[in-house]
Amino acid sequence: MATQSSRAAARLMVAPSVIVLFIWMIVPLAMTIWFSFRLYRLLSPERTGWVGFRNYSWFFNSPDFWLAISNTLLLVGGVLAITIVLGVLIALLIDLPVWGQGPLRILVISPFFVMPPVAASIWENLFMHPQNGMFASFAQGLGMKPILFMESYPMSSVIFIVSWEWLPFATLILLTALQSLSSEQLEAAEMDGASAISRFRYIVLPHMTRAITVVILIQTIFLLGIFGEIFTTTQGGPGSASTTLPYMIYKQAVIAKDIGRAAAGGIIAVILANIVAYFLMRSMGKNLDA
Amino acid sequence: MARAVSTRRKVFYTAAAWSVALLIFFPVFWTILTSFKTEASAVASPPQLFSADWTLDNYAEVWGRSDYPRFFWNSVVISVGSTLLGLIIAIPAAWSMAFVPGNRTKDLLMWMLSTKMMPAAAVLIPMYLIFQRTGLFDTRTGLVLALMLMNLPVIVWMLYTYFKEIPSEILEAARMDGASLGKEIIYVLTPMAIPGIASTMLLNIILAWNEAFWTITLTTVNAAPLSAFIASFSAPQGLFYAKLSAASTMAIAPILILGWFSQKQLVRGLTFGAVK
Repeated sequence: MATQSSRAAARLMVAPSVIVLFIWMIVPLAMTIWFSFRLYRLLSPERTGWVGFRNYSWFFNSPDFWLAISNTLLLVGGVLAITIVLGVLIALLIDLPVWGQGPLRILVISPFFVMPPVAASIWENLFMHPQNGMFASFAQGLGMKPILFMESYPMSSVIFIVSWEWLPFATLILLTALQSLSSEQLEAAEMDGASAISRFRYIVLPHMTRAITVVILIQTIFLLGIFGEIFTTTQGGPGSASTTLPYMIYKQAVIAKDIGRAAAGGIIAVILANIVAYFLMRSMGKNLDA
Repeated sequence: MARAVSTRRKVFYTAAAWSVALLIFFPVFWTILTSFKTEASAVASPPQLFSADWTLDNYAEVWGRSDYPRFFWNSVVISVGSTLLGLIIAIPAAWSMAFVPGNRTKDLLMWMLSTKMMPAAAVLIPMYLIFQRTGLFDTRTGLVLALMLMNLPVIVWMLYTYFKEIPSEILEAARMDGASLGKEIIYVLTPMAIPGIASTMLLNIILAWNEAFWTITLTTVNAAPLSAFIASFSAPQGLFYAKLSAASTMAIAPILILGWFSQKQLVRGLTFGAVK
């Protein structure tokens, strides 16, 4: 049905999206590359000039940088592991014959709709606060000292909060996949004497592989950029203990006001994201063949 | 894969599933509950599930103080505005990719998605400078543009997966009956496309409402939405828990309700049709 003219019309219809996305991608990127080789500090704007790779070497030589990289990977990896393992278990549980599956889904999905600063702020204050938080009350009730979550375990606390936000997403996707599994196959396996564990291992899990891949892909895109939760709770601290790469760039740009260094950090982040994206896209191409 | 089981088992399963679900939901519930307490009972130890003195004062105070309505209104304008603008740009694109696919359509879709993988922090400085120079900094227009660009790939993808399910035979039938292109769009395609457009819209309003990078970094006072308001809502000593909870409840309630309505489409939409 595609005639010559409808092809032309089709291109015209796609053009606005492509053009704005192209500009959105290329202009800031080009500017970031430019700044990353310049001396550019907002606090001393009169001193400018080319500095070669000095901004980059500052990043690579900063002890905070490697900490930020490992924190970023820890955050992404930790949240993925928690949400997928718990997500599979909870999906299996909800998929059992239970009363009120509809309301159950609504309860479980709710944290996903809570905006990151709110999620971070209620966990930090209402639950994890060392004086007035609920966990502190419990600790006191048991005669223990309250835990200083944000001071002693900043990364774990952030990972915990972010996992709470993303667990619903993983659960719901895995549940959807689970519900498309035919019960005949399982019954046949059961009749042949397969145990619950081997039924899970050889029938349920392979069926969910695609959904698990999708959860990893989508969550990674969002998790690499996590900002609001850290901004609201630890501000990257104490010291740099919970500083991730996005937060380190933010600190360079907004607090240290060193545009050149922040730009170099940005380019490093782009390269890192591209390495991750390369692997994601390869499997995504296979999995998203709509 | 639900199977028939004895009632006793079902009772057991139900109890287990509800316990887990309530545990996950508990922080939201607790926040809403705390928002109706007085500050004193909000920090009472041990925590009180039922307070003797329920109150609406927190809402009144948060609403009256601190320009809360302005933050709220900014959130509405920014999330709805960026979604509508995104739809205007994305509908024609998704439409033609679904109905007149070329050799490169798949690559184009993948490329669009790849723009989402660029970390926002990486382009913070150029965005900041561009916004400063053009006068878009701390304006709602600026944030509408930024969030539209951020969510455009998701909008195109979601619409594409919905449009692809409209059978093209129907179009051919309409054409055989002599329908013009305009009539075809108004009478045949639009009614079939509206559910997909509606769920795309809902989900993108949710994503834009909850966005917390550009909304915090590209605003100071005038255009700051609820995400920036809550992020800055800090006062020590725990004397503000009830008010914090009231503010949080007001920030999440509209989206929570929208989300409950669109949760069925969420899976399909956010997985770009890969899981149905």
